[in-house]
Amino acid sequence: MALLEVDDLSVTFARRGQRAVHAVDGVSFSVDAGEVVGLVGESGCGKSVTSLAIMGLLPRQPGLRVGGKAVFDGTDLLQLDDRSRRGIRGRDIAMVFQDPLSSLNPVVPIGLQVTEVLTRHRGMKGDAAAKEAARLLDRVGIPDPKRRLKEYPHQLSGGMRQRALIAMAVACQPRLLIADEPTTALDVTIQAQILELLKDLVRDSGTALVMITHDLGVVAGMCDSINVLYGGRVVETARRRPLFREPRHPYTVGLLGSVPRLDVGRGEPLNPIPGSVRDLLPWPDGCAFAPRCTRRVDACVGEPPQLVLAHDGRSYRCVNPAPVPAPREEEKR
Amino acid sequence: MIRFIVRRLLQLIPTLFGLSLLLFIWLRRLPGGPETAILGERGTPEMRAAIRHNLGLDEPILIQYGRFLRRLIRLDLGTSIATKREVTTEFLQRFPGTVELTVTAMVIAIGIGIPLGYLAARRRGRLLDHLSVGGSLIGICIPVFFLAYILKAIFSENLGWFPSSGRQDPTIGATRITNFFVLDGLMTREWDAAADALWHLVLPGLALASIPLAIIVRITRASVLEVLNEDFVRTAEAKGLTENVIRRRHVLRNAMLPVATSIGLLTGGLLSGAVLTETVFAFSGIGAFIAESISQRDYPVLMGFIMIIAVVYVLVNLIVDLSYSLIDPRVRVR
Repeated sequence: MALLEVDDLSVTFARRGQRAVHAVDGVSFSVDAGEVVGLVGESGCGKSVTSLAIMGLLPRQPGLRVGGKAVFDGTDLLQLDDRSRRGIRGRDIAMVFQDPLSSLNPVVPIGLQVTEVLTRHRGMKGDAAAKEAARLLDRVGIPDPKRRLKEYPHQLSGGMRQRALIAMAVACQPRLLIADEPTTALDVTIQAQILELLKDLVRDSGTALVMITHDLGVVAGMCDSINVLYGGRVVETARRRPLFREPRHPYTVGLLGSVPRLDVGRGEPLNPIPGSVRDLLPWPDGCAFAPRCTRRVDACVGEPPQLVLAHDGRSYRCVNPAPVPAPREEEKR
Repeated sequence: MIRFIVRRLLQLIPTLFGLSLLLFIWLRRLPGGPETAILGERGTPEMRAAIRHNLGLDEPILIQYGRFLRRLIRLDLGTSIATKREVTTEFLQRFPGTVELTVTAMVIAIGIGIPLGYLAARRRGRLLDHLSVGGSLIGICIPVFFLAYILKAIFSENLGWFPSSGRQDPTIGATRITNFFVLDGLMTREWDAAADALWHLVLPGLALASIPLAIIVRITRASVLEVLNEDFVRTAEAKGLTENVIRRRHVLRNAMLPVATSIGLLTGGLLSGAVLTETVFAFSGIGAFIAESISQRDYPVLMGFIMIIAVVYVLVNLIVDLSYSLIDPRVRVR
């Protein structure tokens, strides 16, 4: 059985006098123990909201509705009360966020921000907690951890801060780690190091990792399976190799095609997907991607496309999928 | 740290110098003078001139100012024209009352204002939030003397819970050391005297607390709302920390910076005169005395008062800055 099974998750923000926004509109995916799963999509496709809904971290506000299921190890996280959720967060499921500077409390020393998790979930205090915190900082590659414990976030570099946040997240050896664009705010050189660190950590501890990103390079380097999101739904799910070799959904094709390539001559135009995420068709009226799709046919509009299950555990939501391509020209050359 | 404090205290000197020069000239330029207060409308020009001469007010203004400065260096603020007593003596007698009243009011305002502001932010848009925001609007708008009369009518005259006037029951015959009545009672172990003085502080303290309370509630609420949206609060939530720890360590500590600033300013404001409250409760603080001195153009008292208030403001702000550096490591003073 899967460690995390997200089924028909929906998140709606309703405002009085305004049309309700379906930020997540029936997302389903699953994560096996120890597996690395990618959630990929453009800004606004609902990937962050999905992760926050699973964690129960969506800002409490009137008009917020969360539907569906997120079953973690047999319990539906969405049905838990606040108290039990706090018991699971940080211990069984942990999260690493996008912007390491704003994600750390500026007025609390790094050490306390690490030990507070240990105190909360592992009952460690005083010297024992400090020792374990130093070990954790050392594990995530922060040099001179004893000194760093006393320092404040503004005294650390961006990469160090993200390492510290990762240390806090893995402090209780969670079974699931959700990383929401953990490298977006970092320099390219640091990005690779952080990804390497995450990969190491989950391999050593058998932690499952949900990697949320818009960066296909990240996905290609670490994910076992990938879910491509568009307009709040999963439009294609596949293992890594098949997805990159033969994407079926036109949106996935577009995403892969828009990655700049080094082997194309200078001055060649990039290949963006036309339009923007705002040109959304509401799912009940057809395929949300239809307004931007190059393979659009009449059947795309009217009713939402059904999920097509193909071999090898892959599925896509499209009535006119891209053909399985013949070996590409570049590859022949 | 020490260097920072010393530097700030040295900054006091030019501040006091400039302030005193400005106000000295401005006060002397005001129409009317002490002679009018003494003689009333009926005095002849000759009588006025005689009084002005006796007080040394007919000399050139800079010479008068020079004399004022020479005395100031010896911490001598001169003699009050109206009461004929040393200004320092008058202040030592009256200022402690105002300080006690201010401290009481600020303790009430902070003790209620910060928790209420936090709760209002946490329950944004619900009943408690509306009540505290609406209530604080009333607190700002309602005239303090009016509130003072209402409090007095209800809790003193009708219910008889609190005394209606004064700082202490004179029949107790308390010993005076510092003129801080509560402190004196504690120092001499005259517990009944301390309790009685404290009891006298409750109603005027409540009346005086209304505006600072309203302001602190609003600033705390706004500041907490801002911090609640910060990413690090979400991180703390993601760690599964208890609400208690999140509130104390992650929300309130960050939300306190603007609150600390306003507490400093409000405290300074209260110290510089709670005339109306002191008048309603016949509380012998500095406020009423200063009001009277203004109408009588009692120059030495006014100048001395301004000097003291300037020092108090600088000290209060120094404390605020020091508390800043305790709260936020990024502004740690060097």
